[in-house]
Amino acid sequence: MEAILQAEELSCVRGGRTLFSGLSLRLEAGQCLYVSGDNGSGKTSLLRTLCGLLAPALGRVLWRGADIAAAREEFGADLAFVGHLNGTKEDLTALENLRLAAAARGDDDSLARSVEALGRLGLAGRGEVPVRRLSQGQKRRVALARLCTSRAGVWVLDEPFNALDRGSVEGLRGLIEEQLGRGGVVVLTAHQSLELPAGASRLELGAREGS
Amino acid sequence: MIGALLAVARRDLLLAARQRGDVLNILFFFLVVVAMFPLGVGPEKDTLRLIGPGIVWVAALLSSMLSLGRLFALDHADGSLEQLLLSGQPAVLVVLGKFLAHWLLTGFPLTLAAAPISILFDLGLEPALTLVGALALGTPAISMLGAVGAALTLGLRGGGVLVTLLVLPLTVPVLIFGTMAVEATSGGLGAQAPLLLLAGISLTSLALAPWAIVAALRISLE
Repeated sequence: MEAILQAEELSCVRGGRTLFSGLSLRLEAGQCLYVSGDNGSGKTSLLRTLCGLLAPALGRVLWRGADIAAAREEFGADLAFVGHLNGTKEDLTALENLRLAAAARGDDDSLARSVEALGRLGLAGRGEVPVRRLSQGQKRRVALARLCTSRAGVWVLDEPFNALDRGSVEGLRGLIEEQLGRGGVVVLTAHQSLELPAGASRLELGAREGS
Repeated sequence: MIGALLAVARRDLLLAARQRGDVLNILFFFLVVVAMFPLGVGPEKDTLRLIGPGIVWVAALLSSMLSLGRLFALDHADGSLEQLLLSGQPAVLVVLGKFLAHWLLTGFPLTLAAAPISILFDLGLEPALTLVGALALGTPAISMLGAVGAALTLGLRGGGVLVTLLVLPLTVPVLIFGTMAVEATSGGLGAQAPLLLLAGISLTSLALAPWAIVAALRISLE
């Protein structure tokens, strides 16, 4: 089976310290990778490397067989990234944020699609409120609603469960399972060991060094 | 592809509409700085006519520098910038979209404001119109060069002053040809050559600067 996302012998050096080296991974359609590790073990760096935001010190990341550094645009169109920063504009409403983000990606930016996405994240009726007036968890959910408006096959989620209440955690897990069912791949980090979707593989960073 | 450029520009214009003060402050800064000179220099008409174009240009340059801080910094701080660069659209188009919005919010209003403010220097109709034309052709280059500086200093502390120090020397040709165009019109010579040179500088920076900006933005996100 063809690998959708693949890393070959990745090394990451930040601030003179090697966070990980010789790391290889391979994700096929419908697979989920759960990256765990202590603070500072390089979880975020790994995710940013997989997105192409951070150039690896050694090694390369392949998307459907193509080096992501060479196929930036094609990969970007198939990638949805939710990082530590929400990437939402505080002065705009949740709906405006979603629709403008979809328009910038060339995705479906119709009102109906964005309303539906907010509904999926339990934000129905909050779409016309400027994001600055939402709570921390609601802001996070606006960022996650972008996942519903995109057609991306690769989801990279950095601490997506942070600041979410119990109901939203369930909702997000449902979204992830749908994405895997569609044949997408999901890479995520989380602090709490959560109930992972069936078949999720686990990658523990920083364990080998024993630091 | 052009859709992505317009979507980014539309986003920035909508954001500016929510924060009108930021845009108006730059325009008022320009008007106040220009208006100070006739008061400081005195009402000698010949002197004012001589220094007017240069003062309007320098004030336009300084006002543009003030606006650079918000070009990428806000998007960098809230994570929108990484989303835009991962959007699957050519990053150069994203940068051009941001440039378009920036010029419409700074260069364009300054160009329009230069017409009434030139009355303070008794420039006369034809030199005033040349000044407006020169600003229209030259301010895109200022926005583009400024964007390179803003991208290079992204995430640095005290980046605001540094960006001014980096970019202002690069805008010297724009300043020289911009004032030369007005002088040529007042002196009865045609302003065609300096205006064409201004257009050339703007087009060259439009063609080359986006690549440098994209490279600088990618480094700042690492």
